Amino acid sequence: MPAWPENRVHIGSHAKRVDAPAKVTGAAKYTSDVQPEGWLYGMILRSKWAKAKITRINLDQARKIRGVKAAILRDDTGERTVRYYGEELAAVAGVSKQACLDALRAIEVEATELPFVVNVEDALEESAARVWEDAPNASKPRVREQGEVDKAFSDCAAVVEGFFSTPVQIHHPLETHGNTISWTEEGVTCWASTQGISSVREGLAGHLQLPQSKVRVFSEFMGSGFGSKFGLGVEGGLAARLSKEAQAPVKLMLTRFDESLAVGNRPSTCQKIKLGASADGKLLAFELENYGTAGIGGGGATEGGSGGVEIPAPYIYRVPNTRAKQFSIAVDAGPACAFRAPSHPPASFGMESIMDELAVKLDMDPLELRLKNDPFEIRQKEYRLGAERFGWKEKYRKPGSSPGPIKTGVGCAAAQWWGGGRGTQAEAQVNPDGSVEVRCGTQDLGTGTKTVIAVVAADIFGLNPEQIHVRIGDTQFPPSGASGGSTTAASVSPAIYDACTKALQELQKQTGVADARGENWKVACRKLGVNPLVVHGQWQEGLSSSGVGGVQFAEVAVDTDTGFVKVKKITLVQDGGLIVSKLTAESQASSGVIMGIGYALYEERVMDRQTGVMLNPNFETYKLAGLSDAPEIEIVFLDMPERGVIGIGEPVTIPTAAAIANAVANALGVRVSRLPITPQRVLAALGKDKLSS
Amino acid sequence: MSEFMSNPGPSISRRSFLKTFGTGAAVAATAQVEAVARQLEKANAEKVLGPDAVPITLLVNGKPVKLQVEPRVTLLEALRDHSGFTGAKEVCDRAACGACTVLLDGKAVYSCAMLAVEAQGQAITTVEGLAQGDKLSPVQQAFVDDDALMCGYCTPGFVMSVTALLKANPHPTADEVERACSGNLCRCGAHPRIVQAALRAAGVSTTSKTEVISYASLA
Repeated sequence: MPAWPENRVHIGSHAKRVDAPAKVTGAAKYTSDVQPEGWLYGMILRSKWAKAKITRINLDQARKIRGVKAAILRDDTGERTVRYYGEELAAVAGVSKQACLDALRAIEVEATELPFVVNVEDALEESAARVWEDAPNASKPRVREQGEVDKAFSDCAAVVEGFFSTPVQIHHPLETHGNTISWTEEGVTCWASTQGISSVREGLAGHLQLPQSKVRVFSEFMGSGFGSKFGLGVEGGLAARLSKEAQAPVKLMLTRFDESLAVGNRPSTCQKIKLGASADGKLLAFELENYGTAGIGGGGATEGGSGGVEIPAPYIYRVPNTRAKQFSIAVDAGPACAFRAPSHPPASFGMESIMDELAVKLDMDPLELRLKNDPFEIRQKEYRLGAERFGWKEKYRKPGSSPGPIKTGVGCAAAQWWGGGRGTQAEAQVNPDGSVEVRCGTQDLGTGTKTVIAVVAADIFGLNPEQIHVRIGDTQFPPSGASGGSTTAASVSPAIYDACTKALQELQKQTGVADARGENWKVACRKLGVNPLVVHGQWQEGLSSSGVGGVQFAEVAVDTDTGFVKVKKITLVQDGGLIVSKLTAESQASSGVIMGIGYALYEERVMDRQTGVMLNPNFETYKLAGLSDAPEIEIVFLDMPERGVIGIGEPVTIPTAAAIANAVANALGVRVSRLPITPQRVLAALGKDKLSS
Repeated sequence: MSEFMSNPGPSISRRSFLKTFGTGAAVAATAQVEAVARQLEKANAEKVLGPDAVPITLLVNGKPVKLQVEPRVTLLEALRDHSGFTGAKEVCDRAACGACTVLLDGKAVYSCAMLAVEAQGQAITTVEGLAQGDKLSPVQQAFVDDDALMCGYCTPGFVMSVTALLKANPHPTADEVERACSGNLCRCGAHPRIVQAALRAAGVSTTSKTEVISYASLA
């Protein structure tokens, strides 16, 4: 079985992000920056109705606009029933953005408006308009039950109940979804802002009915995705067809408005939870009813994975008597898709909130209640270590006992995730001049994949990471999977290890140099003659594993006059097997916390029930955390090199919102049970704002 | 702007909007509303550019760039789509996120919220113009050293905002950095690193609170 080297120089070090210089100088070319000769601008016409029968779309006037080179319908006939505000209808390509804007205005659309429903509560009404004509808005509930729940509750010394809700959250990668596509007789070349170049190639070839060998997809730099950028997307298909009609490359990047409406979101949840325990705090009975919306994609509740409403419950805990009933509710709004740790942040928020309520009822320290019930040994140690670093013992006070108008409070919560690797291939090319190129058909979403590749290769060859020329994001490179589920590091690292280890062996064999590493490298390479050495490798068992915990502690200050919540400090303890790149792992951890703060305090899609439109499809009204919203973040990684590489991009964002919500409840003595915890909701919880819910 | 696009109707260009807004204040300030409006209309008519493309010259990173663009083209579009300076990014296109930040005579501005024709005669600095050959500027180097970026899409904007700050205030506090960057958004969450990098570029040494502890060493 292969094993990571004992002496690691760059692996686990603070080695710098290898593509950072390109990113700080503007040299990095993202999909949105690619400008092939003769490129055209592309834009999409979207439905302004929440629901309508589109009977005719006339592109004639649009085609006459100066500078317009192509105009196409989404559907051949132009007929379509649109089911949400923002659904794609047609697309245009022109020599400038202005030409496209003029063309979009000139498109004539005939439509019959239909009744719609955009809010979960409305959609549950008997009289509500149906999103899908042949099915009720609410899906058939899925019920999972074990033990004797009702009996167990009657045996509990303490029983608590609560209702917790989480919003629809929009991914908002700063680089919007989009592609630059050139379709010529030789084939299709696509620069995609994607988490999966292979899945885009498959989608393009299928959509255009071309052999996959004629489709090449690049994604060298991409401006993040958070789970929303796996497939070709409607916009990708439209860009390809525009390119064909215009006979020129077309760049079609969504606008921020488009991005808000149509390319995915995290579904909402409404969780009614009942939890019971023995007098000494052992969890005995759990009951959940959960529903929420995944927009028009709400036909079925699917656990985890790809953007369903269903959440894992009772999350990280094992409760012998458990009943969970979950269903999803379709509304006329953009469909959900995977979003960083799908279903886990809402699961954590609901469960960890009710745990704190139970602790209050039992008059117990909430950390003690967790240690009593957490079944995962690594997390037990993380809680103990984190509590020490955070100063839990000194900071924890009974809920609501903080004096003065600005109240402080503390809370904690935990995560679980997998992050294991899978089949990936890679290629190492050693050139006679000693330069090294490592190729792998993976993607770097900003997570640090290129850096991970460079440090692994550098350690095996005895070189510096800067000496490794990392090439990724090209479907002509050896394939890797899509970058999702925190699987990339654990997928790619073993394949790089294998390719480089074999390349080193082959180099030594061919040149007779016993140890070609480090200072012998150039001498050995020169002996290769003219041809470079190219060696293939693949993912190997034993260099990665799966399954992590992770805990977070939050300290907040809440202004009881304004309702404003300030997160003062987060302490995060996270295991991640062998930490390959310390620097980028740290950045991931901060990143998870910041996104969790947004989920806890600011982010929420707001739909207008009168008109069916989204009210906040921009960054003035859909709030992201800014620099001054970031707290002090203390990060502790637990290094377990014997486990090999495990991804951590998702677990680090799971417990943040729950820990903050618990800290707010601890500060106030009353709970804000709806995310985001806005000032208005804080004031309402304090009985100071009678208008809000 | 783009949400108006699905509603076919009278078009309001950015320019005419600005014009109306700009003159509106003057009109309200006087009793002779109509007379002033007529005068302004006449004055404006002499200065109105377009709607066809007009020749303009932008001074980008010290070099003149001659372009033929419609007057309604923003500075950001002129830089990215017409001149190949793709460092500044289009993220919100409405002055809410700062990814398009460039320097105009040393001051940080949103290039998406300004017309290209208005930027003539001023020195425009984009992120491509900061490094001297391979040598990064102190701000760029600090962003690399502190890993003040992840996907990198917001990075050019932050680098320009911090560069402008340090020009005006070479020794800022963390609060001042946060204020200077309050018009910039980062979705990946590089926030603490960005503040750290700005302080490092200003010569303040900062320490990371990250630790890696061996699991095996724990009791």
